[in-house]
Amino acid sequence: MTDVIIKTLGLTREYAMGAEVVRALRGVDLEIASNDYVAIMGPSGSGKSTIMNLIGCLDTPTAGQYWLNGVEVSKMTDDELARVRNQEIGFVFQTFNLLPRATALHNVELPLVYAGIPAKARRERAKAALASCGLADRMDHKPNELSGGQRQRVAIARALVTEPSIILADEPTGNLDSTTSEEIMKVLAELHETRGQTIIMVTHEHDIAAHAHRVVTLHDGLVSSDSRGAKAA
Amino acid sequence: MPLFEAVRLALGMIRAQKLKSFFSLVGAFVGVTFLIAVVSIVNGMDRYMKEDFAGKLFGVNTFTVVYRPRVQIGDMSLEERRALRRRPRLTEDDYDAVRERLADRAIIAAESQNRVMVYYGGRRSRNVTAQGVSETFFRIRSIDIAQGRAFTGQEVERGANVAVIGQDVAKRFFAEVDPLGRWIRVANFQFRVVGVAASQGNVFGESLDKFVIAPYTSQMAKLVNPHNIVDFITVKAASLPEMRALMTEAEALMRTRRHLRPGQPNNFHLETADDVLDFWAKIAKVLYMALPMLVGISLVVGGIVIMNIMLMAVAERTREIGIRKALGARRRDILRQFLVEAATLSTAGALLGIGTGMAMAKAVEALSPLPASISPWSIGVGILLGVGVGVVFGVYPASRASRLDPIAALRFE
Repeated sequence: MTDVIIKTLGLTREYAMGAEVVRALRGVDLEIASNDYVAIMGPSGSGKSTIMNLIGCLDTPTAGQYWLNGVEVSKMTDDELARVRNQEIGFVFQTFNLLPRATALHNVELPLVYAGIPAKARRERAKAALASCGLADRMDHKPNELSGGQRQRVAIARALVTEPSIILADEPTGNLDSTTSEEIMKVLAELHETRGQTIIMVTHEHDIAAHAHRVVTLHDGLVSSDSRGAKAA
Repeated sequence: MPLFEAVRLALGMIRAQKLKSFFSLVGAFVGVTFLIAVVSIVNGMDRYMKEDFAGKLFGVNTFTVVYRPRVQIGDMSLEERRALRRRPRLTEDDYDAVRERLADRAIIAAESQNRVMVYYGGRRSRNVTAQGVSETFFRIRSIDIAQGRAFTGQEVERGANVAVIGQDVAKRFFAEVDPLGRWIRVANFQFRVVGVAASQGNVFGESLDKFVIAPYTSQMAKLVNPHNIVDFITVKAASLPEMRALMTEAEALMRTRRHLRPGQPNNFHLETADDVLDFWAKIAKVLYMALPMLVGISLVVGGIVIMNIMLMAVAERTREIGIRKALGARRRDILRQFLVEAATLSTAGALLGIGTGMAMAKAVEALSPLPASISPWSIGVGILLGVGVGVVFGVYPASRASRLDPIAALRFE
């Protein structure tokens, strides 16, 4: 039996859209094991972004509970959530979300700045993370001097650098061509294999989801299917 | 995020957006420039008044008997003004009496003056200060003779038409010839030049060298005052306590001469450098009271500009804020980042203002007779104001940034 890193119980999220209430999640029960590689799929409007935001501690549920690493985060304050995001979660976004004026190295250092790591240690850890993503020779480049694939590698290095419990990838290949997409998927697979890193990835592409070991499909705010893929251990 | 990290970040942002940053710090810059320049100039004036002006015009340990005060402090009704004008003038007899009483302990001089026209050899000079004085005048005012001699006590007793001229007059008439022994015409009377005074410098740019001095008993008397009247009786004592003692004595003497009963106010005035300094202190106070308003207005305007620029920056960098929050920045981290940015902007403005203010003070000093003296406290206040304006006007934009919802901020295009 592996450790459960994420557990949700009746996770519900409602948005007020004027007078109407939109129920984006309608009571999702989900468990994700440590070291797993999970893809969350579903058509648009199915609630996959919402669950992503909740798992990533960017948002709090309207109802239901969420435990991350055995700690209930559904009732935390903003600042506590910020700390959890900093320590436990590494984000990889579709649009990379790098700071345009900062170098690759500085971008990767950023989460460590908020973790209060001293400058020297920060630099070394950021360099190591960039090197592990194959960017040892691109550290002093700014995002606009890098290709899309390289930018996403910087983002992955940034997600890794705090050694988080989970890496949360939101359509990580959505802005990349198919060759580069494969490259990025290879990087993620490697992370999962060599480090045993837990990865949760939101995607709507089946061939991308096929890289994961488990595929959770959402429909209308509820889990409609949950299957172990071909690669499942 | 540590403070110095935030400052480094802010400096980077200022470098990246030079023009915008420049505009946003103009307010703090102008305000602090004002502060430094005005304080320096007022301060310099202050020192000048105390060290130079009072000494030059009044002399050290010197008091002057006048029939009414020359500088007036405070408002005065028309009635009071008239009463002052109706006071009896000082006379040559007053001078003789004071001299008789105090001559063993002080130097005493009579002095009257007017503005006249002076002629020599077809040239003329207008607005020359004509002074009818006693021979002691030169010692009291420490007027050195550069050429020739001062006139003597005998010449004063005789009422000789001899004159000592100032440098300006000498240059105008006698650039190529020796002035000694020449006859100049002062208004309608001929005077023989016996000496040329050394330069007296200037006060507030007004030359003190444009004068003709002759015995008060000579025909000069007819040019400066009605018969028997003198403007000032000046008494120079050996020390300050001595001066105070002599003032009491002179006051008593004058009261007796004017037949004033006990309880009746003086109808004459004893003037010292303090009178002028009091007058100046009053002007300085007004300047210092106006200063905070000037500085305040530009700082408020500057602060509002900074607030606007920061609100724009927050809007422009919404996505950056989202990214930082996703990576673990707490509210206070974002708050601090933007506060420090605003404070860095305004402090940079203040530092520029300090530099410019000092340069302006120096320029005023170099180009005008006004001295300038930069006071350290104004520099300290300038820096504090700079930091303060940034913090005060940065709070609102920064707190808006810190309260942004990370999801919305990340989605922001």
